Formats: sequence, structure tokens, C-alpha cells
Amino acid sequence: MRYLAVYIGTIIRSIRSLWKGMRITGYYFTHHKSIITQQYPENKATLQLGDRFRGEVVMPHNDANEHRCTGCTACELACPNGTIKIISKWEVSPEGKKKKAIDEFVYHLGMCTFCNLCIISCPTDAIIMSKDFEHSSYDRKSLTKILNKENSTLEKGVE
Amino acid sequence: MNLFETESSKLVESEEDFVVNIGPQHPSTHGVLHLKIKLEGETVKDVEPHLGYIHRSIEKMSEAGNYRQFSYLTSRMDYLSSHMNNQACAIAVEKAIQVEVPKRAQVIRILMAELTRLASHQLWWGAMGLDIGAVTPFFISFRDRESILEIFEDTCGTRLTMNYNVPGGVMLDLHPNFQKRVRELLPILKKNLKEYDDLLTGNVIFEERTKGVGVISGADALSYGCSGPVARASGVSCDIRKWHPYDGYEEVKFNEIIETAGDCFARYKVRMLEMWESISIVEQLIDNIPEGEFQAKTKNVLKPAKGEWFVRVETARGELGVYLISDGTANPYRVKFRSPNFSNLSALKHMAVGGKIGDLVAIMATLDLVIPDIDR
Amino acid sequence: MLEFSGVTGGIHNWLSAHFGETGTMLMEMLIAGVVILLGMILMSFTLGYMERKVAAFMQLRLGPNRVGFKGTLQIIADTLKLLFKESFAPGTSDKLLFNLAPFIVVVVTMLSIAPLPIDPALQLFDINIGVFYVSSVTSISVIGILVAGWSSNNKYSLLGAMRSGAQIVSYELSAGISLVVIVAFAGSMKFSDIVLSQADAWWIFKGHIPALIAFVIFIIAGTAELNRAPFDMAEAESELTGGFHTEYPGMRFAMFLLAEYVNLFILAGIGATLFLGGWMPFHLWDLEGFNHVMDYIPPVVWFFGKTFFLIFVIMWFRWTFPRLRIDQLLTLEWKYLMPISLVNLILVALVVIMGWHF
Repeated sequence: MRYLAVYIGTIIRSIRSLWKGMRITGYYFTHHKSIITQQYPENKATLQLGDRFRGEVVMPHNDANEHRCTGCTACELACPNGTIKIISKWEVSPEGKKKKAIDEFVYHLGMCTFCNLCIISCPTDAIIMSKDFEHSSYDRKSLTKILNKENSTLEKGVE
Repeated sequence: MNLFETESSKLVESEEDFVVNIGPQHPSTHGVLHLKIKLEGETVKDVEPHLGYIHRSIEKMSEAGNYRQFSYLTSRMDYLSSHMNNQACAIAVEKAIQVEVPKRAQVIRILMAELTRLASHQLWWGAMGLDIGAVTPFFISFRDRESILEIFEDTCGTRLTMNYNVPGGVMLDLHPNFQKRVRELLPILKKNLKEYDDLLTGNVIFEERTKGVGVISGADALSYGCSGPVARASGVSCDIRKWHPYDGYEEVKFNEIIETAGDCFARYKVRMLEMWESISIVEQLIDNIPEGEFQAKTKNVLKPAKGEWFVRVETARGELGVYLISDGTANPYRVKFRSPNFSNLSALKHMAVGGKIGDLVAIMATLDLVIPDIDR
Repeated sequence: MLEFSGVTGGIHNWLSAHFGETGTMLMEMLIAGVVILLGMILMSFTLGYMERKVAAFMQLRLGPNRVGFKGTLQIIADTLKLLFKESFAPGTSDKLLFNLAPFIVVVVTMLSIAPLPIDPALQLFDINIGVFYVSSVTSISVIGILVAGWSSNNKYSLLGAMRSGAQIVSYELSAGISLVVIVAFAGSMKFSDIVLSQADAWWIFKGHIPALIAFVIFIIAGTAELNRAPFDMAEAESELTGGFHTEYPGMRFAMFLLAEYVNLFILAGIGATLFLGGWMPFHLWDLEGFNHVMDYIPPVVWFFGKTFFLIFVIMWFRWTFPRLRIDQLLTLEWKYLMPISLVNLILVALVVIMGWHF
């Protein structure tokens, strides 16, 4: 008799536990507002990324095509795996003094680990992380970028 | 001895046994793990894991850079508790250069660590459901995990491999929205955690699959070196946040969850209750973040004195140890990581032998292995 | 409204006017065969789409929504992809049996569609041992599965096929006994008689407790027979391999899939016919006005509505519950479902003899 009671008790308890699970999926089936899928390529216009999002290292230039990079190589020393290479040249300033200036800021996007160490070590805020996350390309050469634009010069007053 | 003749060639002993590979690419091994299983009918007689498919020589690479440059690699070791891995590296370097972390940075570190633990346990729950056969819990847990990852994106800039802890404190200050978003998130999380219990915990099929399966006693768990929820489910009290507190954990009130059954269901319950404890820690701290600096001042080039230091941290999976040897120069001489998953995996054979294949999958799901941590 | 007896009667008259009697019969068999084939393909497309959408909505996502209007052409795209795959047999397999196995399964499926009463005029084969016929024909599908597993010459497929075979054979017992319960109530094995006997109310209401228990057991046993979750250990053993259909590429695999979906439809159809009244509208004994209102909805709509409701319930099971281990599966059958069905059978005999049903 006791076996029978345990047997029927097991059955009733099992059915109740199964019904509890089914109620949750049934709820989600009928309430379509809980769908969280983002329709990706169509929602690019309204996409909200955090402002500290680490997308890609870029060097912002202002309207006069000037950047803020002095070529101090702090970012190159901070980078853990050699993603940044600064090629500098000697420039003669109007007073006749020779000063080091940046020729090319080579950035290997294919090796970058987006660790942010270069950004925080830059003393002049020359580089920032952009919000661009679509980096895939058909050609590996396009992943090696020169960050300073053509004919750009150092902004006045940046040391 | 021939290079390719290994122990496994002795696995096949009689004609009825056959060896099955749960291969490196597989939907239910949480990474690239190669298991050679000797079966007799449906029963598992022997399990032999083959590792090394994702070895990336993290420890060797750490010797190439300076002391600030190796913590980003640890994010990729146990990528689900990346914040705690970085925390371990930062604490090790801070011990080496003897700098003190400001209070605000400590509280921020604890908050981020507990949120990471919560996110990691949520992913574990979803993957556990997937391994046992129910597909729906996966999506529900990812919905909740997504909200935590969005908070990380606000403050740290990335969602998974954070690199937010630096020697001396944290890299950037908290985002202005952080407190508000976390406060809004906590009631939603509490309501959703109750749903997890309805969907999987009380389900009779799930209980049959996990109760009494994969039992390991406390003494055995200790002798294999298991830590974290695996050991705590067998009755071993080993929470490093209680035994060797770091970064301000001594002032936070929380319980250490211990179960004694030692089977899959006990490991499951330990992690479910740990999620509630994490929520309670976040609740205690979110309103009391002290003002101050978020990073102590350190020199540009870190050159600790000669010596060796060992630091342990409680990640979501167990005890992570960082052993740092310095020889006075700007680069570390040796960095060794004691990985929790490696020791947990070693207990797999003890738990799985004698059960069926379905039990093996359930045991691997509750061990919660992340394979890149094993191979580093 | 949707009256099919006019259509079928018209076709029959036109055919017998132009051909002899044998010719008419042959032409009708041809037409029926083509209609069944098209119906099976359409049904498997519809069910495939329904499965993916139901799964998606239960999992908080959208499912197929790009190919075609709201994703309706997705299954067609998948089928085209499967058609283009190279469909070969492994070198060491038994060629004849390997090629034969999908056909066995599909033929069995087509055989069991025959007696389903979709409409008073649209029943293909109204044999007087209808229930018995269906029950025995579906058992032949086990042969197809075992042949598939054996001929692949692969130890994992063989294991999976053996497990599948054991599972199906065990659960057929409980399913069969549940069907016998309704036969005892209705007093006949002919499908059209059973449907007509539900003209005052459906058997699930009239045969209170025994019919309800039989219905639940039928649904559970049916899900297990179809190798669907939560009973799919033998094939979602893609923890190890894919079960008996591991070695089948391309279109042959699609035939197994087609057979599985159409079997689902047949199972739900039989459940709807026996327990929920088939094409009989929802009558409630003597409520004349209510019954007349219900009669406005054509019988085809009733049949498909009930069938799709049962299919939805079976899909609901799949996406909610974890899997049972193989020994727990067999324990469930032999220790729980079988004794309960036997006790239910005795109960139904008592109820019918004493006239305690409505």
C-alpha cells in the first residue's frame, strides 16, 4: 500500500514540475514583446554603442588637417604585441631648430588586441578608439593602416 | 619509445571494448577537448583527456613584455571570468612593487568581479541545459547575461575580454550611468533567477539526470586539487574570498555555499545559490562606492625587486593562482598560472567511470570547464 | 461550405463515363497517389516551418524571417540545398540495404496516411479494421530504422539504431493499449464509425477518466515513438554521433526527415480522430443552438485545427524538457506507462459494461 502511495505521489509531483516548465515557455510563446533579437544590418542607424567602445584606433584630425601626435612613441612602448610602429623624421622648425616629428603612424589592425593600453599612455590624447566594429576585408594588406592623413601637420601648441 | 605510442594504445584490452573519441570539435565539450573513452556497451570504463589543442604559450609571451603588458593575455585564458583573471595579475604586480590600491578602486574591482561571476554562472546554466537536452534555457540565460555585458560595455569599453584592471587600480573611472543601470538591473535579475528554478531545477527529468550522478567525496576532491564549486559541493570549504581575503572582501558580508552530497545536483545547487550571493554583494556595495582615486600613482616603468610572489583569487570556476618571479629587470622572469580547470578536469575520470555516456555529458556540464584555461 | 463530396462524386462520375470500371479504379488510385505525395511534401514544409517558428518564439527570438515573406521560403531553400548535395553510399556499406532503408520508412508513412478521415468524403481507405491496420503498419518502420543502422557498417550507427529500435518497440505497447481504450468505447475499429460515434460529444469528454488517462499516455508514447525530444537520446546522440542516419547524405537524409514530419502529422491526426473527434465539430450533447453554430465551420478546418493543436503540444514538449537517458526512458515505459495502461484497460472494460460513460 505504501508503495502505491509513493508511486502515485511521484507521478503527481512529476507532472506538476513538468507543467511549471511548460508554463514559462508557453508564456514566451504568446508574449512577442519579449523577443530580444536585434535585426542587425537594418538597425545600423539606431545602434547605440557605449562611448568607451573599443572599436579601432584612429587619430582624429581637425578641420585644418592637423593632428596631435608628437611622435613620442609612448604608445609604441606600451603596446604589448608590436601593433604600433612610429616612423619619424627630422623637421626643421621656423627658428632653425631640428625637431622630431611623425612621418607615418603604422597601425596593424590585424594584430591589435584592443587592450586600450596605447590610448591611456598617450600624453597628448592624439589617438582614440572609434566605434567602428566592421573590420573584415578580403585583402590582408588593407589591415595595415597609416593613421595620420596626407599632408597633415601637428596642431599648434601641442607639446 | 616511438613518439606516437602513448598510453592509450593500451586502452583496448578485450574484444568487447571499443574506444570512442569525443573529438576536439564538438558541441558539448565547451571548447576543444579531446576525450578518449573506453566503453563496454553503454558503460564508461575509462576516460582519457588529450589536451593542448588551444595552447598559445601565454606564459612564455608574458616574459616578453613588461609588467603592465601581460594581463591582457589572461583575459583570454578563462574568458568567462576575465575580470578576475586580470585582477589576479594586477594584485600580483602590486604585491611585487608594494603599492597600495585606493579604496574606490577596490570596491570597483569587487563590483566588477561579482558581476562577472554572475554572468559566468548564467552562461554555465544555459550551457548545462543545452548539454542535458533542453535548448530553451540557453536563450533565456543569454538574455540576462546580455544586460550585464551592456553595463560592462559602458564602463570598460569591451564585453568579454576586459583588460580593465591595471597595477595600482582600475584603468578608467566608472561611467556616470553605472550605478543607475546596476540598480535598475538587480530587481529584474532577481525575478529572472526564480524562472531558472522553475524551468530546470524542479524538473523531474533534470533531477533524474543529475541526482546521484558523478559522486566525488570531499577527501577525493581535495586530493585531485579541485576547487571552487566542485569542491564546495563535496563539503570542502575553500572559498578564497573567505580564507585569504583580498581587495576588500573582508568587509563584505556573504555566505559560503557548501553542500555535502558531491553529485551533479549538489554542484548545480552550489552555483545557483552563488548567483544569489553575488547579487547580494552587489546590492551591498552599489550604494556605498567611496569617492577617491581610481588608480594609485605608479612609476612609468615598473621594476620590482628580486623575489617571488604568489597570489590567489577566486574565479567563477575555482582558485586561480599567479606565481610571479622577478629578477630585477623590467620584464618578468617567469609567470606561472595555476589554472582551476586543469585540476577540476583531473577528477573527471574518477567521477565518470562506471556511469553511462549520458552521465559523462552531465558531469562535464557541471564541472563547468573552459578549455582555453587548461591549455593556456 | 467546403463540401468535398460533390467534387469526389463528380470526378468519379466523369471517370466512369469515359473509362471502364477497372480504368476508373486505376485512374483514381493514380490521382490519389499524386495528391498524397504532394500533400506529404507540403505538410513536411509546413511542419518544418512551424517547428522552427515555434521554437524561435519560445526561445525569445524570431526564427526564419528573411527568405520569403516572414521566412516561409526558408524550408524550400534548405531542401534545394539538400538536393544539390552529393548523395553517395559509403564504400563498405551494404549497398542494397543502404539504398532501401529510406524507402521502407517513407512507404510505411504513406501506408499509414490512408485511413485518416480528413472529411466525410475525403477518406482514402475506410477499412473495417482501421485502428488495427494503422497500429500494425507503423510497426514496420522499425525495420527501416534497423536496416539503416545495420547497413551503414558503422558501429555508432548500429548502436543508435538498436537503441531506437528498442525504444520504438517498447512504446508501441502503451500507444496500442491507449487506442484500444477508445475502440472499447466506440465499439468498432473502423475510423468513420469512431468519428460518427462522437457526434454528440468527443470521447475525451464522454469517456471521462479512462479516456483522459489514455490520451495522456498516447501523447507521451507517441512522442517516444517518433524519436522526438525529450526521448531523442538515440539520435541527438550527436553527443556521439547522429544515430542511425549518420551515414546518409543529402536527399536520403531528407527522406528520413520527411518521414519523421509526416509521421508526426499522422500521429497527431490519429490522436485527434480518436480522442478529439476527427472532423466532427465541437458538439455538446443537447445544446442545439451551440451545435448549429459549430456546424458552420467546415469539417476540414476542424480536422486540421485539432491536428495542428496536438502538433503544437508535442512541439511544446520538445522545446521545454531536457532529454531522458536511455535507461530512464525504458524505465518510464515498463514501470510507469505500461502498468497504468493495463489498469486503465480494466477500468474501461468496467465502465463500458456498466454504462458509466456519458
